[in-house]
Amino acid sequence: MKPLLSVRGLEASYGDLKVLRGLDFTIAEGGVTALLGANGAGKTTTLRALCGMIPRSGEVEFDGRPISRARTEDIVRLGIAHVPEGRGTFFNLTVEENLELGAMSRPARREVADDVARIYGYFPRLKERRRQQAGTLSGGEQQMLAIGRALMLRPRLMLLDEPSFGLAPLVVEEVFRILAHVRETMKVSMLLVEQNANFALSLADHAYLLETGEIAVAGSAEEIRNDESIRNAYLGY
Amino acid sequence: MSVREESSAITAAGKPVSRFGARNWAGIVVVLVLAALPLFLANFTIFQLTMMLIYAIAILGLNLLTGINGQFSLGHGAFYAIGAYTAAILMEDAGLAYGWTLPAAGIVCFLSGFLFGLPALRLEGIYLALATFGLAVAMPQFLKLSVIEPWTGGVQGIVITKPDAPFGLPLSQDQWLYYFTLVVGLLLYWFAVNLVSSRSGRALMAIRDNPLAARAMGVNNALYKSLAFGVSAAFTGIAGALGAIVVQFVAPDSFTFFLSVALFVGLVVGGVGWLPGALVGGAFVVFVPNVAEHFNKALAGAVYGVILILLIYLMPTGAGGLVRKVADFIGRRMKSRPDR
Amino acid sequence: MEILIQQIVSGVATGAIYACMALAIVMIYQAIHHLNFAQGEMAMFSTFVAWQLLAWGVPYWLAFVLTVALSFAGGIVIERLVFRRLENAPVLSHVVVFIALFAIFNSLAGFIWNFEIKPFPSPFGSGALFGGLMSPHQAGMIVVTLLVLALLYVFFRFTRIGLAMRAAAANPESARLVGIRVGWMTALGWGMASAIGAVAGMMIAPVVFLEPNMMVSILLYGFAGAVLGGLTSPVGAVIGGLAVGIIENLAGTYIPVVGPELKLPVALFVIVAVLVVRPSGLLGRKIVQRV
Repeated sequence: MKPLLSVRGLEASYGDLKVLRGLDFTIAEGGVTALLGANGAGKTTTLRALCGMIPRSGEVEFDGRPISRARTEDIVRLGIAHVPEGRGTFFNLTVEENLELGAMSRPARREVADDVARIYGYFPRLKERRRQQAGTLSGGEQQMLAIGRALMLRPRLMLLDEPSFGLAPLVVEEVFRILAHVRETMKVSMLLVEQNANFALSLADHAYLLETGEIAVAGSAEEIRNDESIRNAYLGY
Repeated sequence: MSVREESSAITAAGKPVSRFGARNWAGIVVVLVLAALPLFLANFTIFQLTMMLIYAIAILGLNLLTGINGQFSLGHGAFYAIGAYTAAILMEDAGLAYGWTLPAAGIVCFLSGFLFGLPALRLEGIYLALATFGLAVAMPQFLKLSVIEPWTGGVQGIVITKPDAPFGLPLSQDQWLYYFTLVVGLLLYWFAVNLVSSRSGRALMAIRDNPLAARAMGVNNALYKSLAFGVSAAFTGIAGALGAIVVQFVAPDSFTFFLSVALFVGLVVGGVGWLPGALVGGAFVVFVPNVAEHFNKALAGAVYGVILILLIYLMPTGAGGLVRKVADFIGRRMKSRPDR
Repeated sequence: MEILIQQIVSGVATGAIYACMALAIVMIYQAIHHLNFAQGEMAMFSTFVAWQLLAWGVPYWLAFVLTVALSFAGGIVIERLVFRRLENAPVLSHVVVFIALFAIFNSLAGFIWNFEIKPFPSPFGSGALFGGLMSPHQAGMIVVTLLVLALLYVFFRFTRIGLAMRAAAANPESARLVGIRVGWMTALGWGMASAIGAVAGMMIAPVVFLEPNMMVSILLYGFAGAVLGGLTSPVGAVIGGLAVGIIENLAGTYIPVVGPELKLPVALFVIVAVLVVRPSGLLGRKIVQRV
């Protein structure tokens, strides 16, 4: 089967510093792919490069279409939802407005209300706070809001940047439970960037290990989980 | 704030490290050319060049505030006006010799600038621009106040007699004023350069680049920012006093907010944070409106505007940035040559 | 007492001018986080366009609508043509380009329509209202200002594109990530600010007469109003504008030194005082700057 996203020779730099040094990887339709690695390995940069948020070179194809030169807003409109580092909350807008914004690039207005209701089904806490300014939410709630906002796009592919970052362990569990649920019910493919390899590998089918801008190891999630030498060398547990 | 980023980039890269000699030579050549010019030119052109030097001094003052300390001002025309009026009143009412009006104007403007800088301390970026813009717009109205009319002459303004060259020097009045202005300008430039490289100058730049860190290092931000405003206003006020002497006339409507805007534009065109850029800025202020008028008298403003926009596109960091790029290019060529 | 009421009412009437201008200023500030120093000149130019249409025999309200539409388009064109390339340029460059626009519009208006003072008609007729306290034009101007405010409120509160504009202004990067074309939202902000400026110009011109320099001091009052109300709040802008009108009138009447000649410095004083005491204005949101 043809992959949903295929990346060949992806490179990106910050100034003179080359952060991504020719990445090749693919993401299968309907699957969850984890991108693991230490701080500074280039995980976040990979997501930003895929979305066109930074200058990049190389070939990226989404569903057969080249997107390596497209602008962020056009890439998003193809159905790629990015849950960014720092969660990208619109602090001054209400929770509900934040969610509605997620569907901004979709034309049909009526479905938006249904989708908002569905997101509230996933995250009842957001419903309680629907009229609140999003800036008043806790970190975990903001993460839920960010995921909810991304789902409002009805994406085919979700790019998740460290959804566990800064959250209490119980909240992390909740977030991952919901991601698993979303994966089952909405058939969304995911590219998951994580430092918390344990959680990521429990959700993922496939994983890539990133080391200083290059892919060091690739394999199924199970292989990587069970390979002690990889765990020791790269994942530190 | 991006003012800081831009200006710090220029000063950081333009620090006299490797090309110290070349820079000094360039400075000497510029001074020699400036000194020789009036010997070959007609009086009106000399007058224009004198105005160029005067605006350069005013812009130098503005550069100390914006380029070195990172504070905005769209109202320096107000300090220019205060300096000009101080000189005119002292000469006509108190009979002071014109030379002595300059330090007087400097002191008056230092105090005005310092006092304006105190409330302005709480303002950042665009808000400071707004407050100073208000000052510039309101200045002519202040000067027209009937309460102070006995001194200011109200709308009529004050007419000043033009000084002759002293000691029987064989110079025309215009030539003499040109050299007088040039010497004052060089002294002030020397002062500015020393100020920037002094301890205080480093404190001012630290505040520009990172106010919190500066405070943490024990810099009294409030005092330094107000002082920067004062010193900057003093420079511009001295320029104003020179302007009054050279033009022989002050009136409220000579100091509308267009003057402030012209100084600001001169600053950006010359290069924020690059002190020699003041000369380029002064030239821009004096000559570009003329060029625009030559192009089309009725549309002069529009031509001026278009020139400005093009300049911002082509030289986003002003003449200073351009000079730095050229110098870097030459430097790299010279460095790479011995390797071949 | 009667004088006081009279002064307040006439202050409100003048204040409506400033309120209108302040609205345009807040509009553009929301979109680009800069104060457009050319806003007044753009409004003046729009008013000349209206004057020209009227001179060609176009009925008033049709000319009004056409002018607003043309100004809207003009604002978008300016953003796309001039400012799009300056997106990441420092503040100083923006200010210089505002100054350039100022010069261009001022000079163009003088070139096309010359510098003679021209009367501009009011659609609200003449006469006196409220026992001579206010002219119908002044009352009409207040109504129009409030109407513009209401329209803005509805637009930003209840339309999708209004929401998108708010999002783009608040957090451009996140806005792109939900597929909003941020550049066009900025252009739209320019268009709307320009259109509101046109309305302001057409309301102001019957009072101050039409000429290329008519807006210079009004812009300062508009800034004062916008700052007083808080640069982020349209409601604040209107209240601020009205307040500046009232303050100016009262100061002119009751503080002997001020008189008519010091009215403009009053605006300056209001700006500085507000900025120093309460930088975010009466209704403005506090802008939190992360270190």
